[in-house]
Amino acid sequence: MLKDITLGQYFPGNSVLHKLDPRMKIFLIIIYIVTIFAANNPLSFVLVLASAFVLMLISKIPAKLILRGLKAVFFIMAFTAVINIFWTSGEHLLLDLGIVKIYMEGITYAVFMIVRVISLIIGTSVLLTYTTSPIALTDGLERVLAPLKVLHIPVHEFSMMMTIALRFIPTLIEETDKIISAQKARGADFNSGNLMQRAKALIPVMVPLFVSAFHRADELAIAMECRCYRGGEGRTRMTQLHYQSQDIVMLIVMLSFMAVVIALNFIF
Amino acid sequence: MEHQYIIEANNLCFSYKTEDGGAFPVIKNLSFAIEKGSFVAILGHNGSGKSTLAKLCNMILTPDSGTLVVGGVDVTRNDLSEDDIYQLRRQIGMVFQNPDNQLVATIVEEDIAFGPENLGIPPKEIRARVDDALRAVNMTEFARHSPTQLSGGQKQRIAIAGIIAMLPDCIIFDESTAMLDPIGRAEVMETIERLNREKGITVLLITHYMDEAIRADRVIVMNQGEIFLDDTPRRVFSKVDQLKSVGLDVPQVTDLVNRLRTDAGFSIPADILHSAEAVEVLKTLYQQKKLRIDREEK
Repeated sequence: MLKDITLGQYFPGNSVLHKLDPRMKIFLIIIYIVTIFAANNPLSFVLVLASAFVLMLISKIPAKLILRGLKAVFFIMAFTAVINIFWTSGEHLLLDLGIVKIYMEGITYAVFMIVRVISLIIGTSVLLTYTTSPIALTDGLERVLAPLKVLHIPVHEFSMMMTIALRFIPTLIEETDKIISAQKARGADFNSGNLMQRAKALIPVMVPLFVSAFHRADELAIAMECRCYRGGEGRTRMTQLHYQSQDIVMLIVMLSFMAVVIALNFIF
Repeated sequence: MEHQYIIEANNLCFSYKTEDGGAFPVIKNLSFAIEKGSFVAILGHNGSGKSTLAKLCNMILTPDSGTLVVGGVDVTRNDLSEDDIYQLRRQIGMVFQNPDNQLVATIVEEDIAFGPENLGIPPKEIRARVDDALRAVNMTEFARHSPTQLSGGQKQRIAIAGIIAMLPDCIIFDESTAMLDPIGRAEVMETIERLNREKGITVLLITHYMDEAIRADRVIVMNQGEIFLDDTPRRVFSKVDQLKSVGLDVPQVTDLVNRLRTDAGFSIPADILHSAEAVEVLKTLYQQKKLRIDREEK
């Protein structure tokens, strides 16, 4: 039951995007987001939207999956669109309803905003979340943020915490399942009553779960100490990341795309 | 100078602090020496101090008094540096009871690499060590799996591989089979024996399964923080009454043979550990008896 939860949204595959270096993907995402927000004329928006779909095709992720992700933010999109339509003022008045005036600019703005959000969602999901396993993502983040260690930001510790969390989520889910079954066998009722009663019924699940999680943490700490763990200092890594030619190509493509979009701003 | 013993303890004492400020002695004046390359089982019922002993051996706990010499280095001296402790922990690996609570990474080979990574080994060598360790526990095909996809015995073998990759001289197994099903236990025991035989790794097996202890070269029985018996399995298990007095059982076969001796008065050897031996003994006994009956009938 609870076991079916997939961690993150990683969709295993073999596309170029899957094979990119996680560090490069983080840089690409930043460039892509800047590009999306730099766009301010119809032609660049068409380009941005088209690029999102191209990325989707390259990633070979089923469109259905990505559309499901879009559905989740449908409300935000609708809300932004409505606000933009009613609250933007401009020169070309389309409709005057007394207090509410709808301008041509408002509608254009709303459309632009929707295109932005759609490209953002598709772009980030196919570039990062759908094509990068959580572990690769953590790893990439640790390495990208490594320079921050100079500022005494515990980058290694954060990434270690992430790794351990990812490692233990399935274990704890399994345990929750067991505790729920055990409490059900003792006559606990989780499925009736109002919200308050249901929340209360979960206390006998949470308490043993927390106790066991602390116990596990203690044992894990000792086991890690026994394996000579002493923080990030002096630590080496087995897997070394190297930028491949595909990473460089993607970077060049993405940078040129940004240049084109920014250049279009000056033309229009 | 090459030392004959991997671990030498002299008059070790350790007590846990109780809540009211007192001290509860767990290890009392313990002295023993573990020979390099040997396979030693430590038996004892709950609270006999056997797990505490294991934790003392790699300085997870510090003894109150006494000396502990590991690989020729006194690890109880006052000026011990942190590096010395890490060196000690590299030499004396430890595998615990719950396989889930020892694995750190989400991919098997990444987990095995964890120890060597901590030691600052160059990446290429880590790769080689990980591959070796996977082979040593027969888990090569699972290198890219997630630990959650594995059975208990398999997870425990990965935990062992994680220790092997640090190239230890000695591995302490702290009830490492206690949470496994019979198949998992057999897998892990087989791996442990192979490591001892083929890689010459000293094994300290803390267990409460008698059938695991009989596979060792030497059995130490602990009782209330002291060594109660220390001998070969054969001689230890022939002392059935003494073992029972400290709340331990003997292997079923030994128990059967012992009862035949004491209760039924048969003259058979007391130091029988394996069922195959018992079968032989009972066969001869049966034939002798049959001969006697045949003779009487004539």
